[in-house]
Amino acid sequence: MKKYQEQIFKIIFLLAACTSIIAVALICIFLFINGLPAMNKIGFLNFLLGSEWRPTNNIYGILPMILGSIYVTAGAIVIGVPVGILSAIFMARFCPQKLYSILKPAIDLLAGIPSVVYGFFGLVVLVPFIRDVFGGNGSSILTASILLGIMILPTVIAVSEAAIRAVPQSYYEGGLALGASHERSVFFATIPAAKSGILAGVVLGIGRAIGETMAVIMVAGNQARIPLDFLKGARTLTANIVIEMGYAAELHRDALIATAVVLFVFILIINLSFSALKRRSLQ
Amino acid sequence: MKKLFLKLKQYKSDPLSLFLFLLVSIAALTTFLILVFLIGYILVKGVPYITPSLFAFKYTSTNVSLLPALINTLTMTFLALFIAAPIGIFSAIYLVEYSKKDNKYIEVIRITAETLSGIPSIVYGLFGLLFFVTALGWGYSIIAGAFTLAIMILPLIMRTAEEALKSVSDSYREGSFGLGAGRLRTVFKIVLPAAIPGILAGIILAIGRIVGETAALIYTAGTVADISTSILASGRTLSVHMYVLSSEGFFVNQAYATAVMLLIIVIGINWLSGFVAKKIVRGNE
Repeated sequence: MKKYQEQIFKIIFLLAACTSIIAVALICIFLFINGLPAMNKIGFLNFLLGSEWRPTNNIYGILPMILGSIYVTAGAIVIGVPVGILSAIFMARFCPQKLYSILKPAIDLLAGIPSVVYGFFGLVVLVPFIRDVFGGNGSSILTASILLGIMILPTVIAVSEAAIRAVPQSYYEGGLALGASHERSVFFATIPAAKSGILAGVVLGIGRAIGETMAVIMVAGNQARIPLDFLKGARTLTANIVIEMGYAAELHRDALIATAVVLFVFILIINLSFSALKRRSLQ
Repeated sequence: MKKLFLKLKQYKSDPLSLFLFLLVSIAALTTFLILVFLIGYILVKGVPYITPSLFAFKYTSTNVSLLPALINTLTMTFLALFIAAPIGIFSAIYLVEYSKKDNKYIEVIRITAETLSGIPSIVYGLFGLLFFVTALGWGYSIIAGAFTLAIMILPLIMRTAEEALKSVSDSYREGSFGLGAGRLRTVFKIVLPAAIPGILAGIILAIGRIVGETAALIYTAGTVADISTSILASGRTLSVHMYVLSSEGFFVNQAYATAVMLLIIVIGINWLSGFVAKKIVRGNE
């Protein structure tokens, strides 16, 4: 009896461990089965490089959304990454213990705030602010970039801080011994050694930004045309799915699923480069 | 005081150091002030609108009650954890206690778990719509939402449980084997109890993600504003409620109040996970 029990539980544990494999397989199958035929029907290049998205006329080109996602993400990186990395340096090498015990929970909290709350904050604070300062209606690539820049801060900070802390103390001490100040030693000895770990944090931030949905919908304007400047609105891949999935049917619906396939492939590429970077920083 | 004076003197001869110091300090201050401003703004604007009518049992367009959504959130959290926690903990047990280190199969599990944790929530939502809602025919329902969220939080629970199990000292296991206990008994009676705080910390983080999730729920659990009567009925959680309110734009004040509720829950969850984490540190000493 006891022997059987051991075997049965071993099988149960094994099955549980298979769940994540099954989940990934199911997600791929369901997305690709529905998305690929649509891509085929629309024409692969017409779909990816088509500059017009007009479901009522059966024109499905997602280039505007691809560009929208790229612009918004790039903006978020420009705004969020410098602040994030510098904050991480402060947390890892400049912060007194007392201050750290306030700052660390604050950054964890920043990571825990739901994206709808960020979106709402953007809607009531950032959108009017951009409207007053730069004109236009306020919902723009710039607004979304600022908001996403804030949202990726905790990700960038957490990963970079860990990377900086992982650098052997001897690098820093070597700098001091050569007569460099604390600041110079940190910036010119420690940080270069943490380069690939910090880059991994940036890549993870890119993944967060490109996958973010609700906050972006609330502030980006969501016009499905190629964005020409950063004060105009844009629609991201994620927004395209949420906005139209509610009423889409037939080819339109499948085109939206194909949009998710494109997003999924983007994310896979980002994830792979993140793991590659992480492995490199561990070596 | 003298130390400060020396530091200032050093900065005078080395402006670059001063510049770098100011740079990192300003960056950290900015990050902190953003958080303070965000929370402060929402609290100041929202707290006055937290009224008893917001907690009516029935949602109407005059009271815009958030209580049904709050109750749905609890149901959703409970169901999603009920599905994901055992699976996540069991797979962590398999990875740590049963598998050999150089097993190829383990590598596949790890890669898929990593992939899962990177997938954006809207893709989960879309998958939930295609699989649970349409293919399995559950319709927009709490249960479809819970399964979708369960897959989403699975990697988080797996990873934290794995770390918790790994941090249990091998001497516990050897002691138990030495006394003649089998592997299963060792896992359940010795290793798992010692790993509980770490596992709990992961579950608390998972609760945070469930409470904050919107994109994965709109097309799986739907947006019906009433308390769902069964798990096969549609119901909106607090985050979805918040999204609907702010996108409709009629009830901005109530949206502020809902945001306050969400913030309070999130702050509570963060405090709790910090508390548990401290317990772990003390336990290891």
